[in-house]
Amino acid sequence: MSAQSTVREPLSTESDWTFELLQDYEREIARIADNFGLDTYPNQIEIINSEQMMDAYASSAMPINYHHWSFGKHFLSVQNSYRRGHMGLAYEIVFNSNPCIAYLMEENTLTMQALVIAHASYGHNSFFKNNYMFRTWTDAESIIDYMLFARKFIADCEQRHGVDEVERVLDACHALMMHGVDRYKRPYPLSLDEEKQRQLEREEQLQQQVNELWRTIPIPEAADGERPMQRFPEEPQENILYFLEKNAPLLEPWQREVIRIVRKISQYLYPQRQTKVMNEGWACFWHFHILHELYREGLVTDGFMLEFLQYHTAVIYQPPFNSPHYSGINPYTLGYSMMQDLKRICDSPTDEDRQWFPDIAGSPWQETLDFAMRDFKDESFILQFLSPRLIRELKLFNVENDADKDHLEVTAIHDEWGYQAIRESLSASYDLGNLEPYIQVYNVNVRGDRALTLRHDMHNGRPLERENAEEVVRHLHQLWGFDVILESVSDDKVMSSIVHSQLASTEA
Amino acid sequence: MTFLIDRRSNPRQKSAVNRQRFLRRYRERIKESVAENLRGRQIAQDGRGEKISIPARDTSEPVFRHGPGGRTTHVVPGNEEFTRGDRIPRPKGAGSGSGPGQASNEGEGLDEFVFQINQQEFLDALFDDMELPNLTKRQLSGLEEFKRVKGGFASDGAPSNISIVRSMRSATARRIALGAGKRTELRRLEQELEALDDGEASLEQRADLEQRIADLRERLARIPFIDDVDIRYHRHIKEPIPHSKAVMFCLMDVSGSMDQATKDLAKRFYILLYLFLSRNYDKTEVVFIRHHTAAKEVDEEEFFHSRETGGTVVSSALELMKSVLEARYSPTEWNIYGAQASDGDNWPNDAVRCTELINQLLPLCQYYAYVEITDAGNKPLWQTYGPVREQWADTFAMQHITGPGDIYPVFHELFRKQSA
Repeated sequence: MSAQSTVREPLSTESDWTFELLQDYEREIARIADNFGLDTYPNQIEIINSEQMMDAYASSAMPINYHHWSFGKHFLSVQNSYRRGHMGLAYEIVFNSNPCIAYLMEENTLTMQALVIAHASYGHNSFFKNNYMFRTWTDAESIIDYMLFARKFIADCEQRHGVDEVERVLDACHALMMHGVDRYKRPYPLSLDEEKQRQLEREEQLQQQVNELWRTIPIPEAADGERPMQRFPEEPQENILYFLEKNAPLLEPWQREVIRIVRKISQYLYPQRQTKVMNEGWACFWHFHILHELYREGLVTDGFMLEFLQYHTAVIYQPPFNSPHYSGINPYTLGYSMMQDLKRICDSPTDEDRQWFPDIAGSPWQETLDFAMRDFKDESFILQFLSPRLIRELKLFNVENDADKDHLEVTAIHDEWGYQAIRESLSASYDLGNLEPYIQVYNVNVRGDRALTLRHDMHNGRPLERENAEEVVRHLHQLWGFDVILESVSDDKVMSSIVHSQLASTEA
Repeated sequence: MTFLIDRRSNPRQKSAVNRQRFLRRYRERIKESVAENLRGRQIAQDGRGEKISIPARDTSEPVFRHGPGGRTTHVVPGNEEFTRGDRIPRPKGAGSGSGPGQASNEGEGLDEFVFQINQQEFLDALFDDMELPNLTKRQLSGLEEFKRVKGGFASDGAPSNISIVRSMRSATARRIALGAGKRTELRRLEQELEALDDGEASLEQRADLEQRIADLRERLARIPFIDDVDIRYHRHIKEPIPHSKAVMFCLMDVSGSMDQATKDLAKRFYILLYLFLSRNYDKTEVVFIRHHTAAKEVDEEEFFHSRETGGTVVSSALELMKSVLEARYSPTEWNIYGAQASDGDNWPNDAVRCTELINQLLPLCQYYAYVEITDAGNKPLWQTYGPVREQWADTFAMQHITGPGDIYPVFHELFRKQSA
């Protein structure tokens, strides 16, 4: 980079953007990002207006999605808060596909556009392409094709079976969306054509397989009663939607396909839910460094930098817990600070750093950051890299809330005894397994009334929110077609249960 | 490789379908909310849509989530005074699973889901499954408004309407026609001239031919390039714009027996009628007639708010309606609707006159609705109108209203879709 350190003319001096200027900035940012070794998908940058931004909000940034009332509801509520000034809209939204689609708001100033191009089109983009979660669970090449297929398929179903009928299935699937994710299996990426063809095959095949549950011919060994009671499924299954798709006895082929579509989308969004801190931290870290590099080369003015720094500090501001603005830990702050802290540990480690991070202290920072970005998710990233120094800077402390006690207790603060505990509990708070109730398909009463039993494993004795759970169980019942029982289990003891039987539903 | 795309001009309302799905799903709720919103609305208020609020829990999408209880540990930034082992009294109301400050993520949030619908959606919700009776009769008859459309070409007109292309075309045609004979002659002479040999004998003949050729050339050049007769003008013709117009007569008894509450009920009824008419017609006018012993045409403000006392002669209002009708609203052009609200009192001797008048008015009207706002049944006017209803079952309707809750149902009843 030293070869280019001759000071050049600024790209612009005014604050309004034009397409020519955006191209100039994009070109320079691309060059600098390349010098830093960022590996990205090709970019597709789209300028949109506020209404289109609200559209993007409503469909979780998916460029194409099927129709559902809940997206309409989401749109209306965003529109309402936006119009009444209760919320501003994001400056950009980026979607994980190849090419990587970034939506930029037309209201942004030129500085802001440069900031979000660096942030989204190079920061997020390189994260999408290289982080192991995304590489494992998403296929950026085929997602647009798949969404096309999904939209078409659901529209066809609406034609054939009526909007209400499809909506009922989608509602039920959406309720279980978070429980439609594989955690350990590599999905097989499919193109639009393959997907279509296989869908037809699946339809036939699945319908035959369902008959397992209907089997009326007695199995010889079972007759003499020696065979131990076997559960179905043999192992508990955590992907409830997958289980229903494959095993619910009464579903039509198209309903199974709808479940599959929702499951696939949930799976696609799964990595994003687990890498919020890292993803934002990475993007902030890079927009900071890329724009500073622009400044160092003289391509942007002092005014540009002041405006940029103001946005930047606003984005990574962490209000303390006793501030009225406090609403949890700001993932931008945490992520950005950790990335910067990693760089610091590499560049100028202290004795403490050498003790805590012997393998990375003093190592080349670009390699180390690249490694951190590739092979971690929020939970493991924090567990691995949260340094005592950052804990001190953010003044983090642990508060334990035990429903059995009548007070909260501070269990750790930013001191020698607290670092490890804070690190562990902060990491745990990004573990989806802790955030969401852990519910598995436990058993089907194959020989009796085909009742489906699910088990909620009560982590730290936390119960389910009853009202919501009952609603979801009703949806489950609709897909399963027979009685559904949801048991909350703690230490192998059933603490509470929700039963939804056909009798009860007719009474209600 | 980067593509920069301007999407701002893409078709708007990508979410329109989803939005319609939402409105469809909550149609019943929205209808309730719309009926609620009718309070405090001006009659002729041109709508900019309505704010709808429906209970948030009806629109919630359930998912499994943790409830209060159990043991949770939160990491919180910005420690100032705490040390390990400090005990903090549990904040009131937030004794749930969510620790300090995190209540905003969970919890109830707003109780109401509030959103805007536009005027069209508002009216759709309001007048769902209602229709105007006898709508087709005079729907497309308004003829006094015209628009200009192009209607070919004319040989006279204003200079601004000159059609250059047509004018030049006819000029060319005229030039060809006028010059044809001369040009044939010219070609013949020129051939002759070429055929002549260069001998002395032909010298005179040559001079003659050259003279005639020159003459012909001059005459050809004198044919005007463009002439008055060539000019063509764009012709515009007036075409009547068919459209439908409606006038709504609001008749109200303002005698001493009508108190403000009763008038309010009447007002709400009129509002509904106005909205309903304006949904069906391009143009809707309203005529307010109030009466006690004498009738008077007034504006909206006065109609609803001024106080009068005295007896009641209903025929005076009907008479005024008839004369206004004759003076301003020809039944061939206008769809005429009458709406009368009264507490049902009338001067006993007026009944005959009323029947007579209403029988004259009804053939002119598309529909005439009478609402009686009273707690007691069968007041004099109701009895007067009873036989009328039997005679004019298609155009005349009457209903009782006793309280605000009745208005919408009664309105709904009056304009219910007739099953074929």
